Amino acid sequence: MTAESISLSQAGAAARGRKRKNIRHEPAYQSAPSSKAESAPKAARPAGVPAGWRVIAAKELADNLSSIRFVVLTIILTLVAAGAVFASAGQLKSVAPNATGVNSLFLYLFFYQPQGAVVPTFVTFIALLAPLLGIAFGFDGVNGERSAGTLPRLVSQPIYRDDVINGKFVAGLATISVIFVAIVAVVGAIGVLQLGILPNLDEVLRLVVWVVLAVIYVGLWLAFALLCSVLFRGAATSAIVALAAWLVLTLFSGLLVGLVAGVVSPVGDGTADEVIANAVTKRNLSLITPSRLFTEATQATLDPSIQTLDINAAVAVNNEAQALPSILSLEQSLLVVWPQFVGLIALTSGAFAVAYVSFMRQEVRA
Amino acid sequence: MAVAEPLVPRTAGQSLPAIKTRALTKKYGDFTAVNKLDLQVKQGEVFGLLGPNGAGKTTTILMLLGLSEPTSGTARVLDMDPARDPIAVKRRVGYLPDAVGFYGAMTGRQNLRYTARLNGINRKAADAHIDELLERVGLTNASNQRVDTYSRGMKQRLGLADVMVKRPSIIILDEPTTAIDPAGVEEVLALIRELANDGAAVLLASHLLHQVQQVCDEVGIFVSGKLVASGAMDKLSSSLGTGPIEIEVAAPPPADGVKAAALKVNGVTSVEKDPRDSRMWLVKAKRDVRADLARALVEAGHPPYHLRRVGDELDEIYRRYFANYSPEEATPA
Repeated sequence: MTAESISLSQAGAAARGRKRKNIRHEPAYQSAPSSKAESAPKAARPAGVPAGWRVIAAKELADNLSSIRFVVLTIILTLVAAGAVFASAGQLKSVAPNATGVNSLFLYLFFYQPQGAVVPTFVTFIALLAPLLGIAFGFDGVNGERSAGTLPRLVSQPIYRDDVINGKFVAGLATISVIFVAIVAVVGAIGVLQLGILPNLDEVLRLVVWVVLAVIYVGLWLAFALLCSVLFRGAATSAIVALAAWLVLTLFSGLLVGLVAGVVSPVGDGTADEVIANAVTKRNLSLITPSRLFTEATQATLDPSIQTLDINAAVAVNNEAQALPSILSLEQSLLVVWPQFVGLIALTSGAFAVAYVSFMRQEVRA
Repeated sequence: MAVAEPLVPRTAGQSLPAIKTRALTKKYGDFTAVNKLDLQVKQGEVFGLLGPNGAGKTTTILMLLGLSEPTSGTARVLDMDPARDPIAVKRRVGYLPDAVGFYGAMTGRQNLRYTARLNGINRKAADAHIDELLERVGLTNASNQRVDTYSRGMKQRLGLADVMVKRPSIIILDEPTTAIDPAGVEEVLALIRELANDGAAVLLASHLLHQVQQVCDEVGIFVSGKLVASGAMDKLSSSLGTGPIEIEVAAPPPADGVKAAALKVNGVTSVEKDPRDSRMWLVKAKRDVRADLARALVEAGHPPYHLRRVGDELDEIYRRYFANYSPEEATPA
């Protein structure tokens, strides 16, 4: 992390500003050495040649899709998801006859949890386990190339240095998207068979939005795992750090938040105000964890009857409009989750930015 | 376009140096890795950048490729500035890193194809060229095996093919002969010589003087970030001045006659029995007296059947420069 390398990354950014596309020229190995004035446009790739990050992303995607970790994770997640949806579908079938006037019954598959159910819902499972996908496809992204001795060879090709990390990130996101689409398709098919109802357009669109949301959420973990792979030379170290962060932020955060909220807003006499204050504190604290952001966004995206995610507002709505359960359109639901959506995007971009900058500042040599 | 062309296209402006650095310096905090390096490599020549480990060879190479920014000084590669225009430089410079690695799960051919794609070479042109390169480095039969299964020497040869995929005008090789067996070294060196004959400039960084001297047109001795000597091999050794040298001689007896004849040669300081080999005489002289010594022995009726300078020029060079590292082997005054 030297001053020179900082200036290097700035130089890279400046070169980038010069635009790669519009400039055409012959492949350099056929042309004579040019004067200095001509050499600047040479930074561009020849017309019709894919950008470096695309080449890297294509190769990494192929690697990912043929890897054992891809097969294992897809199978595990599909089994877990199918199990959760089977449980929900069974419960749903028994209550469905009573549920007149419930729109989007199909989507209930994904998050419906009846009282006393043992198996967590599909979305709970995804919020918990999906980060593993991001970690699996990112933890050895950069340090793997280092230890294999391929990184110096890669960056000495005519590509920008950031093409390496950009390509890997894009490939990871694509891999995760493939897995999510596959899982949702399998789960949807199970739902159709079990419930005997077809999703309508609104429900399909909600699922599409949810998949985008899930990819962004897992993208956060992918970016974090890539950061670990930049910072730690050993792939095992990198994996363990990423997994530790996952444990703390998804599993233990609930406990910690409960403890802190109990101190900050204690529920002494159990009055309604105290209970609400405690719940509000808990929620506000847990909003710093990505899994909470994702869970909330999931709820409001998939469940059109959720009108607000704010507890105070929810209480108010309940008091005043108890008898009027209303259904939101997709746009209205999106408005409800917009803060969570933006929050997730910001976290993911932030994590990737940190990984990017750390990678650009690093020396190439091992 | 690929097949008919020469493997390394000659570029216009042959007179331009392929690589030229002026006062190139790289500092890491207080540590100076490369200290005011002035280096010049001509087109079509093999330049050996020789120095012990940690001399700053790799740092220099990374600056030439634009992968590391110089603290001060300038580098010109094919008259381009690698710090400002790294992509254009990297398009024309092939680099074989120290301890080169490949993607083990991919075959040798797939690895080369990936390099071709990164260089924006279209698949058809690349495939023909890759076949040719694999043939040339003797990996045609192994080309569809996973690189995991390759030996170190095979990987090194694949590395040379990989460097050639982009048809570079300059080839930079970092320790290309380290960690491979002697037969492998010979193969690699022969390939390097071939590449240079095709017209590319080759910069060969190594700490193994003996191995690389046979392919280098010029060498630079690089120690602690400084180029302490450079030039053609023979000039370099003569520039070292006249240190005392040792010559092994074996000639038919009588022994006294041999000793007397040798002692008469101008410059010889002592003649003794070689303690390691009783058949040999060890002649010490102030200069290289081999020609005079041979003539004197023939004239005296003892035609020598063995006459060898103990430790060649390179050993001398090594002692002079590299040994500065170890205090007990101080250079003779």
